[in-house]
Amino acid sequence: MNKNRYRPVIGLGILIIFIQLFTSFTGKESYLTQLTMSAYYSLVILALCILLGYAGQISIGHAAFFAIGGYTSAVLTTFNLLPYKSEPFVEFLQSIGFTSTRINPYGVEVLYISPVISLIIAIIITFIIALLIGIPILKLKGHYLAMATLGFGTIVYRILLGGAVFGEADGISDVPAFNIFGIFKVSGDNSERVENYYIAWVIVVLFMVILINLINSRVGRALRSLHGNETAANSMGVNPVKYKLFVFILSAIFASIGGFFITHFNGSIGPSEASVVKSVRYVAIVAVGGMANIWGALIMGFILNYLSLRGYFGSYDEAVFGIILVLIMLFAPEGIFKIKNLDYIKDLIKRKFQKVNL
Amino acid sequence: MSYEHLLQYILSGITTGSIYAITGIGFNIIYNTTGIINFAQGEFLMLGGMSAITFSNYFPLPIAIILAVIITAIVGGILDLLIIRNLKKQSILLMIIVTIGLSIIIQETALHIWDEKVRSLRHFTGDETSSINIFGAYIAPQVLWVLGITAVIVILLGLFFKYTVTGRSMRACSSNTVAARLCGINAKNMVTLSFMLSAAIGALAGAVVSPITQTQYDCGTSLAIKGFAVAILGGLGNSTGAVVGGLIIGILEAFSISVLPLAYKDAVAIAILLFILFVKPSGLFGRSEISALKEF
Repeated sequence: MNKNRYRPVIGLGILIIFIQLFTSFTGKESYLTQLTMSAYYSLVILALCILLGYAGQISIGHAAFFAIGGYTSAVLTTFNLLPYKSEPFVEFLQSIGFTSTRINPYGVEVLYISPVISLIIAIIITFIIALLIGIPILKLKGHYLAMATLGFGTIVYRILLGGAVFGEADGISDVPAFNIFGIFKVSGDNSERVENYYIAWVIVVLFMVILINLINSRVGRALRSLHGNETAANSMGVNPVKYKLFVFILSAIFASIGGFFITHFNGSIGPSEASVVKSVRYVAIVAVGGMANIWGALIMGFILNYLSLRGYFGSYDEAVFGIILVLIMLFAPEGIFKIKNLDYIKDLIKRKFQKVNL
Repeated sequence: MSYEHLLQYILSGITTGSIYAITGIGFNIIYNTTGIINFAQGEFLMLGGMSAITFSNYFPLPIAIILAVIITAIVGGILDLLIIRNLKKQSILLMIIVTIGLSIIIQETALHIWDEKVRSLRHFTGDETSSINIFGAYIAPQVLWVLGITAVIVILLGLFFKYTVTGRSMRACSSNTVAARLCGINAKNMVTLSFMLSAAIGALAGAVVSPITQTQYDCGTSLAIKGFAVAILGGLGNSTGAVVGGLIIGILEAFSISVLPLAYKDAVAIAILLFILFVKPSGLFGRSEISALKEF
């Protein structure tokens, strides 16, 4: 019973290796770039799936957390500390090994905060923001919660778009690569494509294992009971405030980690990552996957993000996700992995037919 | 701050505030008959503004605006007939997701029909440079149009809901759908009608405000959030409340420009929205006992 839970994870692992080998043998390794990016986007989608599907709390501002993770690291790792080298604080950072140096494309030496440290800082900042926003926001329900999260997302987007520190409409580029223990390197270099592909998917697998454990634990059951009926759950001793806040923060941190990695992988980040359409896209993907279904979310997140990144949707990129959202809600509110959807269409045709006969 | 400055800020606040008020009223109309918050409300304004601009190239201004209103109302009606009516289970979460999806679709369709350029309808009277002096503050004649049309809309809506059979039927549906249906009211048609009415009012507002704020394919979202803030501030479902809420948010926003950079203007209205939601979600004129009983 317990082992069955992880069987799909092994399947996923085999699939990941198979895809890599397939692209290498067919000489289409350039596809790995988009495959890596969709892996990182999947992290936000998994994060939202837990919040929306399991805990039943809608968030139309999750792109904001994704952007917070990316921007925090981008700001910290592109800020040149060299002019402040003799300041005691900077000296202290250097002495404990929190900084690195590199030469930027303009030939200037840059002393910057190491990405490992900026990752930790990004997580801490996301934690604080999610905590401060979560406490009041999660008291709200339905429309109010949706609007409040939409409002939060818009504020973050506006701040990123208007703030000089965040590079305004251009975003931040020239973000350095992220060296993991000096062995692996998260960067967009073509020579490191295969390595990065595996780094990204190992992270996804890791997250999946965490989530599978979470869903099948006491916390997961508590969350599902909250989704079903908050009052009933409360009377059974589940503290709704505590659990909702926990899952909100966890979900925000997951999204933020996704944003962190994609920023270092791409070497840049722009304000569009925080836009409302991006948040809506994530909701759409979770909805297609069947809401409370992390495997569905992962599969659809992977497929749709990949198609979108490859540019298959052309200039209809955003519209496609809107259409998906509406169609799914109309014909398959349970997600496309529930087969009885077809019955509904049959039923609809039959009904129309009967009307004609009358 | 001098007296003239103060007056200038207040007047500009009242102008934007009245636009938010109309948007808020649009939310209220649909909410009152269906209990849905239509996240695509802002798109009706955008659609109204955009189509009025296009029609104004071929027709005189009043006809262009009437055509824009009719087209947007039809779009609103189609949304309900085609999608909202056919939803199998009408849970709140589902409604939110569907209307958000619709708003994205309308936005992207507008992007493909028109383009990403910022446009504006020509001023109803005078042009960009003409201004009227009111007690030392200068305003564009268009501002008076905005205020006048807001007032007319609010009054007509009030009369419509109070004295006409259709208006009364719509109110009946909002207080108790089952009872309304037992009285022979076609509740489904009332929903369609409320979507059309709300779209028409949105379109009119979008056309009237276009000379001042300009119209772009994605201007709907921020208007929708502000309209929602206004509707909440005034108490969801309360049209008079929406007008008061609109003026409050409009004036606060106008004054915020004197303190904060322009880029953060939108953030102010949203911060107010979040604040109201946290402190008093029932709004200024709503009773918290009532809102506690409503299902969200």
